Amino acid sequence: MEPHEEEIRSESERVIDEVTSQDYKYGFVTDIDTEVIPKGLNEEVVRLISRKKGEPSWLTEQRLEAYRHWLTIEMPTWANLDIPEIDYQDIIYYAAPRTTPKYESIDEVDPELLRTFDKLGIPLEEQMALAGVAVDAVMDSVSVKTTYKETLAELGIIFCSMSEAVQDHPELIRKYLGSVVPYTDNFFAALNAAVFSDGSFCYIPKGVRCPMELSTYFRINAAGTGQFERTLIVAEEGSYVSYLEGCTAPRRDENQLHAAVVEIVVLKNAEVKYSTVQNWYPGDKEGRGGIYNFVTKRGLCRGENSRLSWTQVETGSAITWKYPSCVLAGDNSVGEFYSVALTNNYQQADTGTKMIHLGRNTRSRIVSKGISAGRSQNSYRGLVKVARKAAGARNFSQCDSLLIGDRCGAHTFPYVESDNSSAVIEHEATTSKISEDQLLYCNQRGISTEDAVGLIVNGYAKEVLNKLPMEFAVEAQKLLSISLEGSVG
Amino acid sequence: MLLEVKDLQCMIDGKPILKGIDLQVREGEVHAIMGPNGSGKSTFASVLAGNPRYEVTGGSVCYDGKDLLEMDIEERARAGVFLGFQYPVEIPGVSMANFMRMAVNERRAYLGEEPLSAGEFLRLMREKGKVVELDSKLTGRSVNEGFSGGEKKKNEIFQMAMLEPRLAVLDETDSGLDIDALRIVAAGVNQLRRPDNATIVITHYQRLLDYIVPDFVHVLYQGRIIRSGDKTLAMKLEEQGYDWLINGER
Repeated sequence: MEPHEEEIRSESERVIDEVTSQDYKYGFVTDIDTEVIPKGLNEEVVRLISRKKGEPSWLTEQRLEAYRHWLTIEMPTWANLDIPEIDYQDIIYYAAPRTTPKYESIDEVDPELLRTFDKLGIPLEEQMALAGVAVDAVMDSVSVKTTYKETLAELGIIFCSMSEAVQDHPELIRKYLGSVVPYTDNFFAALNAAVFSDGSFCYIPKGVRCPMELSTYFRINAAGTGQFERTLIVAEEGSYVSYLEGCTAPRRDENQLHAAVVEIVVLKNAEVKYSTVQNWYPGDKEGRGGIYNFVTKRGLCRGENSRLSWTQVETGSAITWKYPSCVLAGDNSVGEFYSVALTNNYQQADTGTKMIHLGRNTRSRIVSKGISAGRSQNSYRGLVKVARKAAGARNFSQCDSLLIGDRCGAHTFPYVESDNSSAVIEHEATTSKISEDQLLYCNQRGISTEDAVGLIVNGYAKEVLNKLPMEFAVEAQKLLSISLEGSVG
Repeated sequence: MLLEVKDLQCMIDGKPILKGIDLQVREGEVHAIMGPNGSGKSTFASVLAGNPRYEVTGGSVCYDGKDLLEMDIEERARAGVFLGFQYPVEIPGVSMANFMRMAVNERRAYLGEEPLSAGEFLRLMREKGKVVELDSKLTGRSVNEGFSGGEKKKNEIFQMAMLEPRLAVLDETDSGLDIDALRIVAAGVNQLRRPDNATIVITHYQRLLDYIVPDFVHVLYQGRIIRSGDKTLAMKLEEQGYDWLINGER
């Protein structure tokens, strides 16, 4: 290499370092009393969790079954991830803020918690006023505040914490919990089924169109506490709901395990949109700390003409491992997956989707946009499976990778299995790099390198960002720029 | 004096390209720089713009009373130095409108002006698009993506119109243009000519100078300006080629 080239290289590396190495802006710890149980996992701990939550015995038994199954299996190793060994006996499986009672008014909520939301730029009041969003704010494992419940109740919509749902709607929970992701599904699903602490339950009755976006902010906040959320959404015939999930976590030195399960059931002519902006603590510049996000998300399009759409913007976590999936069982059902996964510094992501075509004339669409910067590794892994009876099934997949700098990696693992010759499956993939020439062109028009990267990245991700509800799209755009600050080149 | 270049030298890959250039440009003037392939014309344009790939090894450049070589590329742009690229790059996904709005507001911030509102900006886009008869559909697309060669060059002049530079350096803007596009581009440049700005036109062929009439013509050869004159010099070059000059150098 010529000496001057080296200089340019090191110059762009310096800029990359500056932009990518910014500290995590949401790294702070909320000082709230937390009730925790001792570290470790055994049958007694499972029973204790169930007892603390006042659960019926069938659920306790179900948890124990899941736990016993979990003991017989091992953590899978097939992902393109380098995961440090996890000591499951070194994790605290239950933590609840001391202030467990529910509040009628926002004034009663712990001001420290409200300040936390302020720092995140998502004050509850504003959220409620601006967007008409019902916010079910999950702080650690117990729901602190649920709003708009009454408005929703008038329409027969149930939107509450999983704990409440177990108490108030046991018949629905018993019918649907584990029906899409059974505890036998995988290692983390089994673990979650055994120790899930809380989460959200959403039920849209027949023919009802939910008039507002439903959103939940998840947040890990007790040191060394693994969080095991459980979300269940049921959309009855002809109903519609748009559900938003957003996460930001405070900085931690210890790695924290997050193994959530999301199940969605979509019945005939119903439609569910599930959007996520994920920004768990990614670890520091050297790759220390950060959240492990090992999530099982799956929806079952059970009825004819049902539709399920996953949209995700992933910028956080040290390690992301998840494949929001659609099982297209009903004839003419439609599954969609729109994803932006951004990795920086030493982050790793192995994410994508599964589209399982079972019914006739089922359609699916996958748009995946990976962005790698720093020394990160970003993998897309997707399965398109067409069963023997799925005549006329169609899939279109678009998997793009964008590289920033030359020390990161992008990988694509598309799997296609078709047992029906009438199926049409299309796959397109591109890999691009932000070129020096593009940055030079922007610079010559007075645009700084950092702003230029922001422009290019947001332009690249636009197709996915456009799928997000408006207020989320703006937040996601900011997040992409924040996540790349210090990472440009 | 808007631009004063003294004994400018630069290298690329350790090889000297510019070997001592002297040039003075006053406000209101149009200068043409001509010369055979490989004489250093594009390098000179890139060095003025501040492309970090070129290493300046000697000389000085004074622009509007400031030491241009001390400024980085985006500072120069904000201060009113515009480079019309010979090969404008495509930036997929980034709309012309977003791109231009950021650029215009950077320039305005430098001049101490408020950023334009969305409405004002769109009005400006429409107005300036007319300068080069740029199809308004093109401004709705991604930067240069899928533009024909001629559209890319028109787009450069459109951006120049939007940014209102003090010093525009147009690097072989005529290359790859058919005669109609050439006329439109040249008419655009002429419309933008003002008593308080200046243009340096880098070209291979005299034909561009039929449309953009220069006050001065310079011939660059092997990294040096070997002859300067008025527009008649360009005509002589068109008739007789460079040989008589080059041979005179030897």
